[in-house]
Amino acid sequence: MIKYLLVFVALIGMCIVFYPLVEDFGTLTQLNPLAESYVKGSITDLNMPNTVTAVVVTYRGLDTLGEVTVLFLATAGVGFLLRRKQTHAAHRKAGTEFLRTGADFLSPLIIIFGIYIFTHGHLSPGGGFQGGVVIASSILLLVMANASFRFSHALLHFSESLSGAAYVVMGLLGLLLLGAASFLDPRYLPGGVYLSLFSAGAVPLIYSFIGFKVGAELSSVIDSMHEEGGE
Amino acid sequence: MLILIGGILLIIAGIWAMLTKKNLIRIIIGFSIVDTGTNLIIVSLGYIKNATAPIIDTAIKTQTDPHTGLKILTKIVDPIPSALVLTAIVIGLAVTALMLSYAIRLYKVHGSLNIDDYEEFKW
Repeated sequence: MIKYLLVFVALIGMCIVFYPLVEDFGTLTQLNPLAESYVKGSITDLNMPNTVTAVVVTYRGLDTLGEVTVLFLATAGVGFLLRRKQTHAAHRKAGTEFLRTGADFLSPLIIIFGIYIFTHGHLSPGGGFQGGVVIASSILLLVMANASFRFSHALLHFSESLSGAAYVVMGLLGLLLLGAASFLDPRYLPGGVYLSLFSAGAVPLIYSFIGFKVGAELSSVIDSMHEEGGE
Repeated sequence: MLILIGGILLIIAGIWAMLTKKNLIRIIIGFSIVDTGTNLIIVSLGYIKNATAPIIDTAIKTQTDPHTGLKILTKIVDPIPSALVLTAIVIGLAVTALMLSYAIRLYKVHGSLNIDDYEEFKW
């Protein structure tokens, strides 16, 4: 009884914490100065239509690097906790013909769609994180449809570490070519034509590496959980 | 406003689930609900009335002035909260996977998902 009372008090406390936020809230009618300078810089300096990508990859690039590191740590933790046993053999009923044919037909298309999403991240809604998740969903489809589906672990780890290292190298290239205080600055490649695929400097490359990294990491999470729970 | 209040309600519901439920899986679900509520609050703080997505293509009117520089005439939402939420969703997915694998590991070793069976890990 006293425990429920304490929970109730804690929830009331949370309501009191959030009340000033609701009270001061008014829907804005114009951009604040920081957002406005980001939007303008995205068009004039970076030649990039999608300002969200400009914020993620360039203006807040260091935060994105940190978030990719958090993602790596979480996947490493999953892999550490769900260590695979050598003698483990999954006994699952094989999927039906329809399921397997459908999965084999759809998964390459989904992977290509994921690659499309992260290569066009600077032009349209999308980017490395979303594209990576789409690729991982295709891997999940393959794993669930085929009982005997096996990954190449070496390939997964290789592509994950290669794309992570390439992301940092792209950032360091900015530091090298454009001088100090320009880590992750993509302007060392030409800006290109506005609204074309090869524009906005190194942003499509950086976002593609992020996409490969996220896709490989989430695939290895799916793989760990599948190996552990496949009994 | 409605989305902000909805997000706060989701956070409170998630905290209630984390505090009162005994099953580890339900506690993890509560954590995911808090995650979603936080994302909703951040997105609602960046919303601008009657604005569209911040992608400056041909659908958005701009005006270039030699003195004041570029001016955007169509209303667009704040890109910064969108950028934060975009990464936070993927990070939330990975952290949920990490918590679930802790739960799987605990279940393998001790054979229980009830939080009361793990009193010795409390301190």
